[in-house]
Amino acid sequence: MIGELTGNVPTGPLADAWTQHKFDMKLVAPNNRRKFDVIIVGSGLAGASAAATLGEQGYNVKVFTYHDSPRRAHSIAAQGGINAAKNYKSDGDSVQRLFYDTVKGGDFRSREANVHRLAEVSVDIIDQMVAQGVPFAREYGGLLDNRSFGGAQVSRTFYARGQTGQQLLLGAYQQMMKQVQLGTVELHTRSEMLDLVVKDDRACGIIVRDLVTGAVTRHSAHAVLLCTGGYGNVFYLSTNAMYSNASATWRAHRRGALFANPCFTQIHPTCIPASDDFQSKLTLMSESLRNDGRIWVPTDADDTRSPDQIPEAERDYFLERKYPSFGNLVPRDVASRNAKAVVDEGRGVGPLKNGVYLDFAAAIERVGVHVIKERYDNLFQMYERITDEDPYKVPMRIYPAVHYTMGGLWVDYHLMSNVPGLFVLGEANFSDHGANRLGASALMQGLADGYFVISYTLANYLADLLGTPAVPVDDPVFAHAQATVDDQVKRFLSIGGTQSVDHYHRELGKIMWDYCGMARNRTGLEKALSEIPALREEFWKNVRVLGDGPMNQSLERAGRVADFFELGELMVRDALEREESCGGHFREESQTPDGEALRDDHRFAHVSAWESGGPGGTPTLHREPLTFDNVHLTQRSYK
Amino acid sequence: MHVTLHVWRQAGPGAPGTMETYDAPDISEEMSFLEMLDVVNERLNSQGREPIAFEHDCREGICGSCGMMINGQAHGPERGTATCQLHMRKFADGEHIYIEPWRAKAFPVLRDLVVDRSAFDKIVEAGGYITAPTGAAPDANLTLIPKDVADAAMDAAACIACGACVAACPNSAAQLFTSAKVNHLNLLPQGQSERYQRVLGMVDAMEEFFGSCTNHGECQEACPKEISIDFIAYMNRDYVRAQLKNRKLLSQD
Repeated sequence: MIGELTGNVPTGPLADAWTQHKFDMKLVAPNNRRKFDVIIVGSGLAGASAAATLGEQGYNVKVFTYHDSPRRAHSIAAQGGINAAKNYKSDGDSVQRLFYDTVKGGDFRSREANVHRLAEVSVDIIDQMVAQGVPFAREYGGLLDNRSFGGAQVSRTFYARGQTGQQLLLGAYQQMMKQVQLGTVELHTRSEMLDLVVKDDRACGIIVRDLVTGAVTRHSAHAVLLCTGGYGNVFYLSTNAMYSNASATWRAHRRGALFANPCFTQIHPTCIPASDDFQSKLTLMSESLRNDGRIWVPTDADDTRSPDQIPEAERDYFLERKYPSFGNLVPRDVASRNAKAVVDEGRGVGPLKNGVYLDFAAAIERVGVHVIKERYDNLFQMYERITDEDPYKVPMRIYPAVHYTMGGLWVDYHLMSNVPGLFVLGEANFSDHGANRLGASALMQGLADGYFVISYTLANYLADLLGTPAVPVDDPVFAHAQATVDDQVKRFLSIGGTQSVDHYHRELGKIMWDYCGMARNRTGLEKALSEIPALREEFWKNVRVLGDGPMNQSLERAGRVADFFELGELMVRDALEREESCGGHFREESQTPDGEALRDDHRFAHVSAWESGGPGGTPTLHREPLTFDNVHLTQRSYK
Repeated sequence: MHVTLHVWRQAGPGAPGTMETYDAPDISEEMSFLEMLDVVNERLNSQGREPIAFEHDCREGICGSCGMMINGQAHGPERGTATCQLHMRKFADGEHIYIEPWRAKAFPVLRDLVVDRSAFDKIVEAGGYITAPTGAAPDANLTLIPKDVADAAMDAAACIACGACVAACPNSAAQLFTSAKVNHLNLLPQGQSERYQRVLGMVDAMEEFFGSCTNHGECQEACPKEISIDFIAYMNRDYVRAQLKNRKLLSQD
């Protein structure tokens, strides 16, 4: 039974809490670390940085990734940058301000202590990554350059062209590969985790399927770290990579880990609009473009002129008009909802009238085309490849798309789930971004968790286990978990239905987008809650998974989509239960007179953590109250 | 559009493979090449035929998962473009398109168009890093890095390790990949302490798996990130120097 949910936040003044807590936690001596086995699932920023650090410290680390190389994790696709409170621009930044901006940006639904720690270690991350050779952008004098991002009035974002995620991931990956060579990290590529093994209420291992040979194997450890990213692909169309999935976290959820705030999903305002029904994913255009691009639509919904023929007076720069102090740099949720509003009014642009303009003409005139090229050329090229339009000449067309999930497995201040020994890092946990993540903060959190938090908190957990061997893989708990995995594989191959896995994924995605997307209401959510189980039932009766060999990509997808069905339903349930608007969660019933998200702090200043009800069962809601002692709860305003 | 595909099908490592032909009518010009393959696979699946296995993930040209020979060219006809960002508008209606996996001894076929590129990770393991243990770093602005240096390092670091350079090379050499990895770090001030042992380690690892470079330059043409073969020259220079360098005098350059 799960008792009262507590974040295990240290007491005392916030500014010193992490420092003091590091001193208070238990340690594992260097010569004892080799006695501990640690499993890390996922090799993105969080997983690779944790593996490198724990490997260096002397633990026996095993890393599992379903990719052919750890360097392909979806962190690699992050474009714009990483925040850090370095205040190199002397424009008023500080740890306190990054903390404040993040709590406010998250619409007061995150844990203060976690966010403060994140802001504190942000400065160490930049130092660490530069030391590893990440080629951040530089000014001519050789110092690091910064840009600004949404939700902030300071320049605190470090970047490497439009490929910041790639460069940070390569840094962490390289540091991890050094440990692979030294033998402290054992790498398992093309290996997908399909179950968590729990014994006596502690996480003790995982079940893994080799995607090439099809072999299912058991792996035991003293602790399991899930660093497996978010679940945006529930929506089918998202900016996430095609393989990104929730199976590792979802199967851990089924084994007892609570899933927190599943309805907190982020819709990114600047993506390329869908062009046809065959669209397999949506492509993000970095938020950094909002530094120089101006967002507008024609005043008149019936205006069919090309954008350069529309005079200034007949353009509506709706963000600049409504939010004069932040303008085009309002946070993502605000920018997205406003784009949706103008498209819903019929003022959308492009052949399907499903976008808004992001216009660089003014910036090109102001700073010259060479400067814009320097800043964004790779993004402009990517846009042209996809749309066949040149953004140096014609404004980009953009529209919001699912991008990031703030929800995830519930963790305490130690990043440990309610299942002892199961830690969750990066996007896979729910911890730091509340109801809305600020741009350039995902990379920061992944690296903070992996580099600067987990090594302390994991040692604190392991210290008590000294002398306890890991559970052997011939223990019945492993056999039982493996049987579950084997059964599911057999079941998929024996259905022999008529529709593909992708067909069902697309249908699920439509339900999720229509009823649990950018705006939600009771009627729609209740509809989704009846449609999803019906579709899931059909999926299990009528999906066709062919298989004539060990490597079977349809089978891989089938398992992931099966989990999306269950998770999608939980997201809807959570959205229905949270009768307030906050950040990315916009309930139409709860808005201010001018259409902004209206929170209900009296009823909902808490984390909603769901306990699995088992197959077909109803999940149970647990609440962790959130208190705000350092930031005053206010209605967010970016005007 | 209506195209005809000729695709390499191979059930598993070591199994015999063959080119199979698939008719692909009703293809939209707006589709990406991989979306076209998605549609073909959906149709195969509905006919009870095994879909074509291929690797892909981000579909934004950055993860490096995708890659296939398209009409004999690595990643197909568009310059500086990975397969996932290639669109059907670059092909003609009625065209026959030949799709094969990367062809290189160091990249054995696992299934259909999926190959094993783990040799690249072995090269990185052999020195493709700067030793900087977590937590030990000085302030990031302590070392000034001239913009030209940072930009050049970034040009090299843009490599996505897709393997097109190897597939395009008549010798299946991996010089462009290895030199990109070496130079990303060797050009930076932070990378100087390990500069020579890095180049030795990585080049030696490369030669365990891959062929030798004879300056064809096909790699540069095929590279979706348009990485320059100048980096191969820099790598060779460092490799030669590494043989002669008295490491005790490294700080006196």
